[in-house]
Amino acid sequence: MNEARPRIAVVVFPGSCDDEDAALALQRVGADPVLVWHGEPELPAGVAGAILPGGFSYGDYLRCGAIARFAPAMAAIERLADQGAPVLGICNGFQILCEAGLLPGVLLANDTLRFTCRDVTVRVEQADAPFTSRCESGQRLVLPVKHGEGRFVVPPAALAELEAAGQIVLRYEAGSNPNGALADIAGVRNRAGNVMGLMPHPEHAVDPLLGSADGALLLGSLVDRAREHQPTAVA
Amino acid sequence: MKATVLVRPKEGILDPQGDAVRGSLGHLGFLVREARVGRLIDLDVDATSAQEARAAVEQMCVRLLANPLIESFEVSIEDDS
Repeated sequence: MNEARPRIAVVVFPGSCDDEDAALALQRVGADPVLVWHGEPELPAGVAGAILPGGFSYGDYLRCGAIARFAPAMAAIERLADQGAPVLGICNGFQILCEAGLLPGVLLANDTLRFTCRDVTVRVEQADAPFTSRCESGQRLVLPVKHGEGRFVVPPAALAELEAAGQIVLRYEAGSNPNGALADIAGVRNRAGNVMGLMPHPEHAVDPLLGSADGALLLGSLVDRAREHQPTAVA
Repeated sequence: MKATVLVRPKEGILDPQGDAVRGSLGHLGFLVREARVGRLIDLDVDATSAQEARAAVEQMCVRLLANPLIESFEVSIEDDS
């Protein structure tokens, strides 16, 4: 097995607050994380995957993620995604990917109107690369959520398409839906499968001391895929 | 040129903020069947005609000010020339 540490970019926006945790978690699961300021028009050489971290980019002004999506680094992230590299948006990163049109749907205010901070159980609906290859189908993961705007919504026709194409990767367990998300959706991916967003925070769950290490399964899967995506692996 | 954009949650989109406002109005004794909370954006646009201003502001709405999945928008231009 190739044990090279793939380079994963973690994009830092003004108002990001989980960037350091994401980098630390990536390091623990075998990656070489590199923080990239949102104003950078290019990603560092050798980057084979990216994470858009949680936080409150631009103070969530206008709509969550609406302003961050126009950051120069986002154009570079789109190019990386076009090349098939894994791109994961966590919480605010998920909101940014939706606003950018890299993922379907939008995240609205929780139906409770409360900022919710607690562990939830999600079910793995698709256990395959690039984000859940280390999981089993139907596996339950315990991950923390902490958000005020996590209610995933898509029009009915789009929901049917997501279901049919297997784009729903994670669902909240029945009774565990913290925000009123449509069809209990906690994480979705794009049609190509290499861009995913989720509201729970895998980067805060990589050590049993934190209550759960299940997040390492998701981030580890991403790192596995990024390792394959290394430019050197191209024949 | 002054322009005003009114952004509303689309019909059928659950608006918990509106529901909270309706509930609070109810506590004050006002009988309100429904409340929906949107957003108003005042702009001062550099344009030579109302037509040009409207075209520009509509582009702003599509690209940034509204999310067509969940919001509708209305543009009004105050032509003071």
